[in-house]
Amino acid sequence: MRQRRLLVQVGVAAVLIGLLALLVNNLAVNLIRTGLGLGFGWLGRPAGFALAETALPYAPSDSYLWALTIGWLNSLKVIAAGLVLATVLGVAAGAARSSNNRLLRSLAGGYVALIRQVPLLLQLLFWYFVAFLGLPSVPIGGLIRLSNQGIQLLGLNLSVEFCAVLVGLTVFTGASIAEIVRGGINAVPRGQWEAFRSLGLGEGLGLRRIVLPQALPAILPALTSQYLNLAKNSTLAIAVGYADLYAVSDTTITQTGRAIEGFLLLLLSFLLLNLLISGGMAAFNRAVLGRLNRSR
Amino acid sequence: MTVAIRATDLVKSYSQGVRALDGVTLEVNSGEVLVVMGPSGSGKSTLIRTFNGLETLDGGALDVLGVSLDATHGERQVLAIRKRVGMVFQQFNLFPHLSILDNITLAPIKVQQRAKASAEQRAMELLDQMGIREQAYKYPAQLSGGQQQRVAIARALALDPEVMLFDEPTSALDPERVKEVLDAMRQLAKGGMTMVVVTHELSFAREVADRVMFMDRGQVVETSDPETFFSNAREERSRRFLNQMQH
Repeated sequence: MRQRRLLVQVGVAAVLIGLLALLVNNLAVNLIRTGLGLGFGWLGRPAGFALAETALPYAPSDSYLWALTIGWLNSLKVIAAGLVLATVLGVAAGAARSSNNRLLRSLAGGYVALIRQVPLLLQLLFWYFVAFLGLPSVPIGGLIRLSNQGIQLLGLNLSVEFCAVLVGLTVFTGASIAEIVRGGINAVPRGQWEAFRSLGLGEGLGLRRIVLPQALPAILPALTSQYLNLAKNSTLAIAVGYADLYAVSDTTITQTGRAIEGFLLLLLSFLLLNLLISGGMAAFNRAVLGRLNRSR
Repeated sequence: MTVAIRATDLVKSYSQGVRALDGVTLEVNSGEVLVVMGPSGSGKSTLIRTFNGLETLDGGALDVLGVSLDATHGERQVLAIRKRVGMVFQQFNLFPHLSILDNITLAPIKVQQRAKASAEQRAMELLDQMGIREQAYKYPAQLSGGQQQRVAIARALALDPEVMLFDEPTSALDPERVKEVLDAMRQLAKGGMTMVVVTHELSFAREVADRVMFMDRGQVVETSDPETFFSNAREERSRRFLNQMQH
């Protein structure tokens, strides 16, 4: 029995090593074929292309490394804002789906059903070409100004591309988060609802103070994978011309021919970013479970 | 004598044709202890859950402490009643993520806008009264069933209710834990609290009840004083039920 288990282990290891060898071989062959060798010296050369959106000062005479950094910051910006907004939207829609109010319940249900049927790429293009580029110039209360040039919000100038990606990612991921939140809420025993209701607490307060805290352990693991999905899906920004990391890498690779190095950098960047997200969520999860275990 | 609860011809059906409540009419006077008995599925739990709006009505009229509930009542009436009517459940339903003290003070602070210090002082008094003062800073899962149910009673009392509803409060308890909960309820009854108690505890009903109401199939079979009910029940159906309970 033990011998057989050992044999299986060795077999699995052999297959993995074989696949890895194949990959390394391909890499070497491709490197020889391009005749460039593996190197990162080109990162210091001037990029020569302009970027529409820069969080820090950037000019075409700056290096490829700086251009990629600007792209990374643009990615970070839209991912961070998307995580926050998708969470707010998802929790609200998820709570609405278990509400007493029939209108609210069907609105949230319709939102989830619709958004989950349509590919994200189509949704991004819809937000960009139909929703944002079609905007007339309308000031709202002096604080917000909408136009097809972008959105001005309290002195913050958001480009149409940024808005389309942000709204697209938020609405798409929010629908999945809504389902996760609804599942978590449903996992809380009915008796908890009856208990807070019988004490005269309102629905909203009971949801916040009684139901959601107990739903968290069921919600968090699935929420983490939605967060990672949002980060990865942000690379679709290239479809609407938002200068995220992937878009900048794409231009860089086309100009320099450094596909292997470019993709290595891309992979590493996303690995780092997603490790950060899952690390943060794991810490939060531990804190929540820790508090719950103390109460057992 | 004032009437705390007046129910007239209450009707509630869960599914087509099956009536959980089939024309229930009753009155509960202030300061009275009414014990509701009956086989499972007789509608007794459904009945007392209509008294604080946890169940909606399909027909009939209900007056609880002067606030009326019927098939069309709004959220406002229900909240008004819930602030004045406490409820204790079979499964305790304590909030597992809150300490015992927080379980008790949550509603006084959030619903009655009481100051935290005074709400906590009152909570400690109630825990004292229930004989579990030393459990204040623990969590529900660290307590025995009997202790948890006494916390649930304290939690309901913290809003200073005028009526207390008990939905089979000892049915989920180990036999040796039943007495401590019944003792707490006896003490409450002695203090003049208006109580409606759904229970299978015959001795409690005999000793504490002012009247015993027997239900079957969503209808009231009979309402008698405990002496009559237990020794000389008027209805054949009640006598059959009591016979089964005692053997």
